[in-house]
Amino acid sequence: MMIPKKSNPEFTKVQELVYKLQVRDAMTKNLITTDPGTLMGELREILRFNRISGTPVIKEDRLVGLISIEDFIKWLAEGGKKCTIKDRMSTDIKVLYEDEPLIHAVSKLEQTDFGRLPVVGRKNRRLRGIITKGDIIETLLHKLEIDYHDEEIHRYRASHIFEDIIGDKVALTVQSYVKGKDFNLAGEASSGLKKTLERLGMHPLVVRKAAIASYEAEMNLVIYTDGGTITVAVQLDKIRIDVKDNGPGIADIQKAMEPGYSTAPHWVRELGFGAGMGLVNIKKCSDKMDITSKVGKGTHLKLRIDVKNTQRQSNAG
Amino acid sequence: MMTKKLKNKMNLAHIKDVLEAEVLCGNDYLDKEIKMVYASDLMSDVLSFVKSGSFLLTGLTNSQVIRTAEMAEIVAVCFVNGKAPQPDTINLAAEKKIPLMVTKSFMYECCGRLHEKGLSGDDDSEKIQP
Repeated sequence: MMIPKKSNPEFTKVQELVYKLQVRDAMTKNLITTDPGTLMGELREILRFNRISGTPVIKEDRLVGLISIEDFIKWLAEGGKKCTIKDRMSTDIKVLYEDEPLIHAVSKLEQTDFGRLPVVGRKNRRLRGIITKGDIIETLLHKLEIDYHDEEIHRYRASHIFEDIIGDKVALTVQSYVKGKDFNLAGEASSGLKKTLERLGMHPLVVRKAAIASYEAEMNLVIYTDGGTITVAVQLDKIRIDVKDNGPGIADIQKAMEPGYSTAPHWVRELGFGAGMGLVNIKKCSDKMDITSKVGKGTHLKLRIDVKNTQRQSNAG
Repeated sequence: MMTKKLKNKMNLAHIKDVLEAEVLCGNDYLDKEIKMVYASDLMSDVLSFVKSGSFLLTGLTNSQVIRTAEMAEIVAVCFVNGKAPQPDTINLAAEKKIPLMVTKSFMYECCGRLHEKGLSGDDDSEKIQP
């Protein structure tokens, strides 16, 4: 049985961010620090006043330890005898460098008992800031919010592009080059087209029809040719898709249009394609389709999707 | 009198339990609800017939399954017969936010279990009011 374990790479947006962001992006810079000579009795007021649960301990700009509310409680429990922070602070502490990826902070915080880690400069090891789990979560949420906002703006601007351009006939043309025989990349062009049409605010069924037609055409380019171009012209009322290649051409177009007719080799069928449904599917997704081909020269597929027509279909179910 | 077909919907976490499947990616999206299921190894058929928002059962494990799912707005995919895909396929699915699962059960068994739970192949019956 080949069921992969949970360790399988699964990249979410958050995971991408914790690798991309650095510790300095999330750390708190305006630090409250304490001096090793400060009395433990004064610590409570410092923590309470600043609403924090611990501070780095600094002597002459150098980090010498960490003191936290837990240390304070422990000190109280043990009698609260008069002593300085130096006597109660933790000195065995891990530090982070400000240019490390955020993921290091996550794993180091996981490994230590401390709720916070000091951040130092890589060269002079001077204290630059401090980072807590809360800081990390806040930074990630903030970043996600910004990215989400950007995407919204993106969509808003794109969907208004047609209103912003003045002309009797406005079309937005997008061209993609498809490599032949490259199955790993097959579908990239159509995936991009789908995103573009969504951003332009096209009707969902229009997007779906265009994406499926383009994908089937792209698969044909990948399977049968050495590559070709997919040109999409988007207008408010229709989408035109033009697919061109330089060979090998289709000998009998009528036959190629019959459901189930296929000349695909076995390896293509193993990929779940080549069942003689490609052109049939393309036709099904378009309101008008034209195909011209010359053996040895190439094939030119033209199709059109009408927005109004598609909206009617969608309303009719 | 028209009888209303048994209609049900299920979230992915529930489907995972019914199929005794293991999640390969997309754990964060298991609360998504599914009303329709489509089962096929032929991606051209999937593209041609599947309804937007469906759940796909398939024995095919290459990356074109994910592309097909993206184009046809398939919510999630479960690989049957215990066949897990290559990491490339899983990475692509994670990127496209399409949850993947794998179950040891065979296709027929999977279809049977989900149908028994009231999931249909088509949500047209929703329009038929009693």
